[in-house]
Amino acid sequence: MPWLTAVFVLLLGCGLYGGLILAPPDYQQGDSYRIIYIHVPAAWMSLFIYVVMAVTGAIGLIWRIKLAEIVMISSASIGAGFTFIALVTGSLWGKPMWGAWWVWDARLTSELILLFLYLGVIGLYGAIDDKRMASRAVAILALVGVVNIPIIHYSVEWWNTLHQGPTVTKLDKPSIHVTMLVPLLLMALAFKVYYLIAMIQHARVELLQRERNSQWVKNIAAGSAK
Amino acid sequence: MNWQEFFAMGGYGFYVWTAYGITFIVLVANVVVPIVQRKQFLRQQALKQQRQDL
Repeated sequence: MPWLTAVFVLLLGCGLYGGLILAPPDYQQGDSYRIIYIHVPAAWMSLFIYVVMAVTGAIGLIWRIKLAEIVMISSASIGAGFTFIALVTGSLWGKPMWGAWWVWDARLTSELILLFLYLGVIGLYGAIDDKRMASRAVAILALVGVVNIPIIHYSVEWWNTLHQGPTVTKLDKPSIHVTMLVPLLLMALAFKVYYLIAMIQHARVELLQRERNSQWVKNIAAGSAK
Repeated sequence: MNWQEFFAMGGYGFYVWTAYGITFIVLVANVVVPIVQRKQFLRQQALKQQRQDL
């Protein structure tokens, strides 16, 4: 864990330094574009974490592996956090650039649906007391909702959206200068490592609560009271 | 570039720093909340066990 934290701080520091100080202002957007250094990685993570949730959900459904269930549910609030960040930072960029905090275009709407899916997962899990049963219900919800992921990704190509098309993730050369691209990728890596750190913290609590009657949890509780 | 220019962000300071601020809060919360929950849980379990031992 200290190692992961160190890697995260290093990546974050380099990414922020490169993005906020080294990278030049955009020739059309000025400095407002610097929001992308959190907006784009957060949006990528919101999709990535949902896929992790769906895959671990499927593993939990098929093989009844407890660890998969725990990873699935521990990812939910982090994914919801990243989705929220993507929406809010996008809005904060949209106001000065588009002139509107929000428009109902396909990309924004499908990302908002993703947030509701995450909240649905968290709510459904909390509503069922038997956590193994709750995991099965949540896994099915996560798997059904996975249909939204390609919709979000391709929304900017399938529909005529106000949101711009892909800049980095396309087969062509990325249409972004390397001084802007490198910090973006560093931030994306930093967020990946952050996800690992936060997910482990959530998983520890989840595991303790599920195994509250087992001897090893009792030993830890007794040890922590001293 | 001086600090004042840096914080002004070419006139977009409010938008840029609000975005970074909210991101910071959400990211910190998602790590701190489970750590606090874990401590609370262990404290409650320890109390429960002490009552059972009596």
